[in-house]
Amino acid sequence: MSPLDLARWQFGITTVYHFLFVPLTISLVFIVAGFQTAWYRTDNPKYLKLTRFYGELFLINFAMGVVTGIVQEFQFGMNWSDYSRFVGDIFGAPLAIEGLLAFFLESTFLGIWIFGWDKLPKRVHLASIWITAIGTALSAFVILAANAWMQQPVGSVVNTAAGRAELKDFFAVLTNPTVMWAFPHVIAGAFMTGGAFVLGVAVWRLLRRATDDPAPFRIAAKVGATALLVGGLFVLVTGDQLAKHIATDQPMKLAAAENLRTTEKSAPFSLFTLWDPSGNEIVSIQVPDMLSMLATNNVDGTVQGIDNLQVQYAAQYGPGDYSPSVPVTFWSFRLMIGAGFLAALAGLWFLWRMRKGGLPGRGAVATALVLPLLPLAANSLAWIFTEMGRQPWIVQGQLLTSNAVSPSVGSLEVAITLVGFTLLYGGLAAIEVGLLAKRIRGEIVDETSGADSTAQPSPFAY
Amino acid sequence: MLHDIWFLLIAVLWIGYFVLEGFDFGLGVLLPFLGRNDSERRALINAIGPVWDGNEVWVLVAGGATFAAFPEWYATLFSGFYMALFLILVALIIRGVAFEYRGKRDSARWRAGWDWAIFFGSAVPALLWGVAFANIVAGVPIDQKHEFTGNLFTLLNPYGLLGGVVTLSLFITHGAGYIALKTEGELRARANRLLVLAGLVTAVAAVVFLGWTEAAKFVPGSAVVAVLAAVALVGALAANVLRREGWAFIGTALTIGLAVVALFLNLYPNVMPSSTDPAFSLTISNASSTDYTLTIMTVVAVIFTPLVLLYQGWTYWIFRKRISADRIPDVSEAARASS
Ligand code: HDD
Ligand code: HEM
Ligand code: HEM
Repeated sequence: MSPLDLARWQFGITTVYHFLFVPLTISLVFIVAGFQTAWYRTDNPKYLKLTRFYGELFLINFAMGVVTGIVQEFQFGMNWSDYSRFVGDIFGAPLAIEGLLAFFLESTFLGIWIFGWDKLPKRVHLASIWITAIGTALSAFVILAANAWMQQPVGSVVNTAAGRAELKDFFAVLTNPTVMWAFPHVIAGAFMTGGAFVLGVAVWRLLRRATDDPAPFRIAAKVGATALLVGGLFVLVTGDQLAKHIATDQPMKLAAAENLRTTEKSAPFSLFTLWDPSGNEIVSIQVPDMLSMLATNNVDGTVQGIDNLQVQYAAQYGPGDYSPSVPVTFWSFRLMIGAGFLAALAGLWFLWRMRKGGLPGRGAVATALVLPLLPLAANSLAWIFTEMGRQPWIVQGQLLTSNAVSPSVGSLEVAITLVGFTLLYGGLAAIEVGLLAKRIRGEIVDETSGADSTAQPSPFAY
Repeated sequence: MLHDIWFLLIAVLWIGYFVLEGFDFGLGVLLPFLGRNDSERRALINAIGPVWDGNEVWVLVAGGATFAAFPEWYATLFSGFYMALFLILVALIIRGVAFEYRGKRDSARWRAGWDWAIFFGSAVPALLWGVAFANIVAGVPIDQKHEFTGNLFTLLNPYGLLGGVVTLSLFITHGAGYIALKTEGELRARANRLLVLAGLVTAVAAVVFLGWTEAAKFVPGSAVVAVLAAVALVGALAANVLRREGWAFIGTALTIGLAVVALFLNLYPNVMPSSTDPAFSLTISNASSTDYTLTIMTVVAVIFTPLVLLYQGWTYWIFRKRISADRIPDVSEAARASS
């Protein structure tokens, strides 16, 4: 394989892997902060239990988010040095700002939260987790703004003589229309993930740990289901807006997602399609007019097709293939939506079964365990769609992915790091899942037997 | 002008990184040797527990800021020092999870495994950052297009390796100082003794290294600062002998800071000199971003860096109490409580 292919695999693997932990971190920190706030307000030990139980799961996950993030920060320079030279003037600033504003905040205040249980007044200790949560959201916004610029390069011009894009309006980069929809969409998707996780774990405890006091986990199940469903609602609304947005701004991505070959009015939306190797449809189940509705809010709306766009781009940018892989974009887009819907349905079902103090049957254990995997899969598929749908561009309309890779790094080197990171990440995944499972199954210490539960050393200390 | 400010700010970020992460690298290297039983090791890890992640962010910001202010430097350096950086990343990854996961299972083998992960995860970057900086200052093969044309072994030259020995031994000394400052009893006494030994090794290596640097390219300002760094180190050792642990720690922190300043002064106005042809060197002007970007970054940095220093300083204040191994509960108890 060429260094380019290897570097693409490496970026895909490390980034999707990073983003397995990210949505859980983003949502769990808020949910745990919510539990702790409830405890602060009511002094009810139920909430302290929940704070500590989910807090520890959050920390196990957070550690992986941090260490995989370090690779993200440096791999632009390592594997994509020509990309870095081209975008540095614009892309570097949000990355640096993310570190300076968000990562410092998160890491410092999380340290205070972990170790500060017995050292700080309750109120200050509570504030530390909220500050961590704000840092997390801030970090997501800034990095998404950077990514949005690659989808829709605003606030900048290409300086051909210098061989780079140059920043003209930083505020425009931060208020990129793409990020204005992508940020709430991603946060909502993160809450679906965290909600499903909290719900799934709570249901598992309720069904499998009859010795537990059920009260805290009933609360957790409700909180989780609510986060999942409200998140689902927001995902739907913002996702719809994103689709309309890419219809005008990255029409090729949408056309590929639908395998729409020629520009059409009243375009249908296919639920399922199979192709033969040359790209002709064999079977396709379609909802009439739905794509036009999705893209333009109008059943008669015009949606541009791949072939028409190809002709237009070839005239604009010179000869070349400007369409992304259709099967990948088509399926990742549908499966993202499908997995999300399925998760929301499962959430509704659990809520229904648990109304008025009821419980789902024991058969629900398997559903509870699979549930968090659905939004997790939706997130990964979504990024695969977003990034693969932009191909062959790495910066839409400005820089081709094939021109972005590091010229000085050879296949062997990329292969070594690719294999190295993949093996390391695989091993760490096994360890992390093992620890999560152990903690989820473990006893819950009754910390409220003492007079003042905060007087103990920090429960999370190393 | 803006280029100069950013050259300075990048130096500040690396100073922050080496001074802060330096002691937790040092502590990590010393962990298996100074901590003779599990309580002692846990006491050591908890001494950096609340701060190590915040310390690590300094390198992320240094990387991000280099990307923003000097994209060419970021691109050439990280694609050029590819394998070295890969090793550093692997080390930082296993080290980061080691702190978090070590105490989560009640098994001596599990903990011993993570202890070695912390050791290697600390020693490898402590060594390789020195190798990398020595090579940046000395110059590496870079062609007309600003591409690095060497490989990992290009970096492992005698001067580069000596740079690595300096950072490794300096961080060990600094880490011993931190342990002496933060613990009580046996641990404190052992750290005190070790500091003298490590300090002497560092002194020899650092004097040779800084002398070599100035001999290769004499820059008066840089030479003066290098001498000050040596003085600070001697001061730190003296303070340690007098059992003034706070001063000893400030001394090693100053040594690190001044050493970085000496290297950056020696480098200026280059950011990565080319050993192939000086005309191919990356400099603060041909590697930098536009003035507009630098202005925005300056505003952000001027507002937020002091804020960061303030709240990070506050963390050290909250956790200022010394940690004693006697008061660390047995790990098996803690693990049982949470399982
Ligand atoms: C999972 C989350 C995710 C995130 C946060 C990002 N991307 Fe992306 N990116 C992917 C998910 C992804 C992907 C789905 O994993 C791709 C698509 C194909 C591939 O190999 O990886 C990818 C590809 C990809 C590649 C390799 C070329 C290719 O598409 O094959 C580069 C250089 C980038 N992206 C750049 C970025 C940058 C600079 C981002 C930061 C803002 C970014 N991506 C955010
Ligand atoms: C490809 C671009 C990305 C880069 C360069 C990147 C960089 C990083 C880095 C360096 C860390 C570690 C921070 C630490 O040590 O504390 C991290 C962690 C994290 N990142 Fe990413 N990231 C990327 C994608 C994303 C996206 C898209 C999001 C959110 C939508 C995100 C959100 C987070 C969160 C919540 C963490 C958790 C832990 C932490 O920040 O400490 N990241 N990322
Ligand atoms: C009705 C359901 C959904 C619709 C219509 C929808 C729509 C979209 C669209 C059009 C994009 C591409 C944006 C772009 O390329 O710029 C996108 C991206 C994304 N989606 Fe969804 N989505 C849905 C469900 C979900 C679910 C359930 C999740 C996760 C739980 C999710 C997470 C994401 C993520 C992480 C991205 C990438 C972020 C980005 O584009 O910046 N989506 N979605």
